[in-house]
Amino acid sequence: MNAPAEEPVSRPPDPAAFWQMRGISKRYGGVVALDGVDFACHPGAIHAILGENGAGKSTLIKIAAGVVQPSAGTLLLDGEAVTFAGPQDANAKGIVCIFQELSLMPDLSVADNISMADPPLRWGLIDHRAQRRRAEELLSKVGCDDVNPLELVKNLPLSRRQMVEIAKALGRNPRMLILDEATSALTAADVEKVYAILGELRAQGLAILYISHRMHEIEELADTCSVFRNGRHIETFAKGTRSDSEIVQLMIGREYTQVYPPKPQHETPPEPELEITGLTWGNRLADISLSVGKGEIVGLGGLDGQGQRELLLALFGVLRGVTGEVKVAGRRLRLTSPQFAKSSAVGIALIPEDRKSEGLLLPMSVRDNISMASISHFTRGLFIDRERQNAEIDEMVRRLSIKAGDVDDPVATLSGGNQQKVVIAKWLMTNARIVLLNDPTRGIDVGTKQEIYQLLRDLAAAGTAILFYTTDYDELIGCCDRVSIMYDGRIVRELEGEAINEENIVASALNLMLDDRSEVSSQAEEPA
Amino acid sequence: MNDLKLRLGQNQGVILAIVVFFLMFTLYIANHPAGLTVPVVTTAANKAVLLALVAMAQTLPVLTGGLDLSVGMVFIMTNCLASSMVSGDPLQIAIGTAVVLLAGALAGLVNGVIVVYGRLQPIITTLATGAVYYGIALLLRPVPGGDVDEELADFMTYTVFEVVPTSLVVLLAAVLIIWLPFRNSVVGRGCYAVGSAEGAAYMTGVAIGRSKMAAYTLAGLLAGLAGLMLTFVTFSGEASAPIGGTYTLNSIAAVVIGGTSLYGGAGGAIGSIFGAFILRTIDDLLFVFDLPPLWQPLFQGVVLLVAVSLGAARVFQIRNRLELFK
Repeated sequence: MNAPAEEPVSRPPDPAAFWQMRGISKRYGGVVALDGVDFACHPGAIHAILGENGAGKSTLIKIAAGVVQPSAGTLLLDGEAVTFAGPQDANAKGIVCIFQELSLMPDLSVADNISMADPPLRWGLIDHRAQRRRAEELLSKVGCDDVNPLELVKNLPLSRRQMVEIAKALGRNPRMLILDEATSALTAADVEKVYAILGELRAQGLAILYISHRMHEIEELADTCSVFRNGRHIETFAKGTRSDSEIVQLMIGREYTQVYPPKPQHETPPEPELEITGLTWGNRLADISLSVGKGEIVGLGGLDGQGQRELLLALFGVLRGVTGEVKVAGRRLRLTSPQFAKSSAVGIALIPEDRKSEGLLLPMSVRDNISMASISHFTRGLFIDRERQNAEIDEMVRRLSIKAGDVDDPVATLSGGNQQKVVIAKWLMTNARIVLLNDPTRGIDVGTKQEIYQLLRDLAAAGTAILFYTTDYDELIGCCDRVSIMYDGRIVRELEGEAINEENIVASALNLMLDDRSEVSSQAEEPA
Repeated sequence: MNDLKLRLGQNQGVILAIVVFFLMFTLYIANHPAGLTVPVVTTAANKAVLLALVAMAQTLPVLTGGLDLSVGMVFIMTNCLASSMVSGDPLQIAIGTAVVLLAGALAGLVNGVIVVYGRLQPIITTLATGAVYYGIALLLRPVPGGDVDEELADFMTYTVFEVVPTSLVVLLAAVLIIWLPFRNSVVGRGCYAVGSAEGAAYMTGVAIGRSKMAAYTLAGLLAGLAGLMLTFVTFSGEASAPIGGTYTLNSIAAVVIGGTSLYGGAGGAIGSIFGAFILRTIDDLLFVFDLPPLWQPLFQGVVLLVAVSLGAARVFQIRNRLELFK
């Protein structure tokens, strides 16, 4: 492995830093999200935080913003230890975070939202005129004079909402502003405005923590960068002292702990089972073209939220207003509902992201869950042929070695890994010819993961076409015959064979082209 | 100009309810043998104000994204309490009135405390407390009866200066003294915020618990005021479960007809008042057109369906079908 060998070093406390985190750890059950992190930031500087999925960035800012409490370690503000009981507490001390998921209330007006936490009062009641003036001032500060403060937030386009969010944060008079992917929904013109505002705030002496996956933004904005990996703070360096490829090197280098079944060698390219041409959905999916062959596992990669989930939902008939062409086994189809997508005429199965809300009916039995998608295969007249159904369910439980006390127990009583197996079993029962997977191994144990990898390989060997979205780069490398990386709703790179390596995956997930190792073709475009 | 357009757009539901009510009421008056006279309007007002107050009460929890199934029972309980307390000398009457209103507010506060600190679902909490409040009503008044100060009752159900029905003045006072200040207070707006997006409200530092408790408490107070008015109309108290249940369900209907979203976050008590008026006028219209009153539930149902369909038009704009189930 070419990963840098250096371990995180603990730095002496920095007197100039007004915000410090010392030895911060955060555990969620058995999962370590942050591991002994030391971190400091300075007034009058923009500090970028870099790291791949699961590196611990969001946990770090959640702790700073008072949303979660650290399991260990100290937070220091102006050199004094502080604890935050909640986001209000952090806000009151001048730490304001703009989260990725908008914190606006859609049914309320822009002015109401901006002044929600501390409205101007007159005789104990909200002073609407003052509130409106304040909204107008803040909106014009962020260059959104065109937004009427009386407009309801839900009637604004996403990019405007994001700007309102920024105006709202500025209204709190922050000392430290945290932006988590705050530009992801913005138009190019708005991004310029945000840059200008951030520059101004820096000049006013604010500390700004900036999380973004857009490398060119970081180059343009940041004074300092910190790289995180596997919940650890790897290195902090001044802007311009590291090249793009060095930064990528710092971000990767995770240990390989998993074993994958061997990939078969295809002599001839497999017959395409799923062909997508020019698939577009609003501004979330742009001109996606992709094909998955019989017996092939194609990985979908990239950072979280680049349209991978939407692509799978579009293929499963969940989204309205999708344009472009989808062919299954050479037949052009209009996918209008999951019911149609799963029918034997089409044969698509989707293993969803959140097994608790979209995958399982938790209070119902293992047996009922497994047969839920394929129940129509077991009817005799109006009724369900229990015997035939149960025989197949038992077979499936054996094949996936689902560990349940009894197949009639509620599925909620199973462990996470076994629950996920039940979801997979449910869809295998439909004999789908195309299986779509949305991050199926998230939050399950290593043993079950390996069983799932083997299962996917067996399914492929039996001729199933598999499209596999995962946030774990390791799985893309170990499991997939080909990998498509998405960025901002498009496929920016397709990798094959030896080119499926961590460097290529991380670089293209950031939409970077490292000059010395361009592989395969690329449709990467710099966002205008 | 632009502002006006926005405000009108944001209050479509209320405006529609007001227009529909005036059309219906005009139709009613035009076909009433006596026409537009003070007694006709006063009778209509006395009946409508009871439901309007209960509907106002219901609006507050609904705005937070909850529901209060106990409003009808608080209405009945305070009616029974008033039938034994609001009589005697002026001081006793004043104290009695205050006790009745406080009892309503306390019942609401109990709901709020259970919902906020017990973290129970509002619908089941208030179903249970509603039964408790009805039980208290039964204990207070096992058989219908009681008494109320006649002079006061006559005044409250007649007119001010022989023109304006007193009950409408009471309703207006409830709007001016309770609803408008609440709507423009920090806790009031907290209720809208919580109903619109509780997570976002929390992240913004809205006092979620305090807002919800205020909503349930004021709901109790308004239901108590309605119970007091009922006593003035009937001169007695009666622990009647059917009346309580009917008022609860009609209050939800009135809230929806008045343009308040059952998801919370949008709407207001003014709409609910006109929603209540519309429901009552259906009754009166059947009367002047000599249709059997048996038809009333059917018409109320149709009006409710139409109102809900108008609110459901958003479904056509959704592009991710999964969002239909949220």
